[in-house]
Amino acid sequence: MTFPKVRVPYLLLFPGFAFLFTFFILPIVNLAQTSTQTPVKGGDTGQYEQKFAFGNYITAFTENREQFARSFIFASFATVLALAIAYPLAYAIAFKAGKFKNILLVLVVAPFFTSFLLRTIAWKQILGEEGFVVPGLRSLHIIGQQTTLTSTSIAVVAGMTYNFLPFMTLPLYASLERIDPRTIEAAGDLYANGITAFRRVTVPLSMPGVVAGTLLTFIPAAGDYVNAAILGSPNTKMIGNVIESRYFKIVDYPTAAALSFTLMAAILILVTLYIRKTGTEELV
Amino acid sequence: MSQKLTDATIPTIPVKARFSRWFGRNLLRIYMIFGFSYLFIPVAYTFAFSFNDSGKSNLIWKGFTLRNWQNPCGAPEVCSALGNSIKIGLLATTFSTILGTMIAFAIGRYAFKGRSSSNLLIFLPMATPEVVLGASLLSLFLVFKINPGFWPTVIAHVMFCISFVVVTVKARIASLDPRLEQAAMDLYANELETFRRVTLPLVAPGIAGAALLAFSLSFDDFIITNFNSGTLTTFPKFVYVAAARGIPAQANVIGSSMFFLALAIVIAGQLVNRKKTR
Repeated sequence: MTFPKVRVPYLLLFPGFAFLFTFFILPIVNLAQTSTQTPVKGGDTGQYEQKFAFGNYITAFTENREQFARSFIFASFATVLALAIAYPLAYAIAFKAGKFKNILLVLVVAPFFTSFLLRTIAWKQILGEEGFVVPGLRSLHIIGQQTTLTSTSIAVVAGMTYNFLPFMTLPLYASLERIDPRTIEAAGDLYANGITAFRRVTVPLSMPGVVAGTLLTFIPAAGDYVNAAILGSPNTKMIGNVIESRYFKIVDYPTAAALSFTLMAAILILVTLYIRKTGTEELV
Repeated sequence: MSQKLTDATIPTIPVKARFSRWFGRNLLRIYMIFGFSYLFIPVAYTFAFSFNDSGKSNLIWKGFTLRNWQNPCGAPEVCSALGNSIKIGLLATTFSTILGTMIAFAIGRYAFKGRSSSNLLIFLPMATPEVVLGASLLSLFLVFKINPGFWPTVIAHVMFCISFVVVTVKARIASLDPRLEQAAMDLYANELETFRRVTLPLVAPGIAGAALLAFSLSFDDFIITNFNSGTLTTFPKFVYVAAARGIPAQANVIGSSMFFLALAIVIAGQLVNRKKTR
């Protein structure tokens, strides 16, 4: 090649990074600007001018504290549930599936080729009055005759758990599969029983997968508004729903921007703390 | 010998203990059956309701019909929405796979100044909620007086797919045995030849996987698309809007077809891989 070798990585990076700079960094900077604008006096709806009104943040946050709290609580529940469901699945596929490993792995991902909106709406029907779950539980007297499952927080959390499950399963599988089975055998040779070997060897070695999986589930879940819109009610609105309606229905760009920025900052702080605490630097 | 042993021991164990032993041994298997049922219930439901003789709203089972499958474009707008989604998906996949693969090679293969900040720039879009990505990009388009629509949507999709392509391809590059390339060099292949005839074929499955991932992310995206597509209807947008007044069964036909198509592609890929490794 004609150019010096040192330049090769930069030449490879350039087109992609120019793209990310223009359509990811620049919009975020622009969003930061928008978040401190105020309406033009006597102007039309949707007209704003730059005033560095940092008060926007305080108003935006105090008005929507409840939705913020709900977003983080729902996302945490969904993440923990997804971990509880996905870990044994990934473990079984990695260690016990033998020659069926690849088929089972495909089957884990397969449901997600059906549009996630269709599947979320299917859950709404399954959990709804005409579905088989509610009448079944009622006739078994597990839930009361008046109890419904749709339009509740439970339905929203269940929907999020389901929709983000592959983002949990795949990284978990990837890190479990990389574990050398001999390390677990070695634990057995050193008189560890099955549970101790699992707790002291398998779990620590799978931590990178746990961290990546929980992040890839928690982040989209915290910003999600589709599950809350389809499976929830006005009482289960999350911060994503607020941002969406501020943008499209009220055309209140500064508040939407301030909320977006607060959400992003909160998530980044949580992620940084989490990565520090779990000590996994090699994430991506 | 073991036959004799079990025959002699089993009758002496009480039923309850035998059951709990069986349960303990098969716990993971039972768990997997439950796990996979959970995963597939909504898919089965969607598939079943694609045969529903429903008329306009596909909420209640009214009877079996093949009409929806014979006429998948029967509902207004459903096929134009699907067409838009496929076009956007193919364009976004092509661009994000090319850009992402180049970045993956740079980060995975070279030690250079700014490598860790490059990793950070790749991680950030994945750590940003979709509402924020969608809203911020729309704001930028509005500043530059670009109307949301087809190309803004393609740009948005390329933007969020790049990171996933980089991560997937980089993992494949990291798993390569460096000795294979050294061997090629020992056999007097120059750098370009080594790359073309050894490195690229070895990384190809990773690139194919990344492209498949990018397409499915793009095809299924609703939140970012909703912000940047304006009046253009994509398949997820069609479903979301239709959900309020009842989704036509044709949407279920398309959703189920996508499921079987993707399954076929993945299984075919696995078979090709297996043949090659033999």
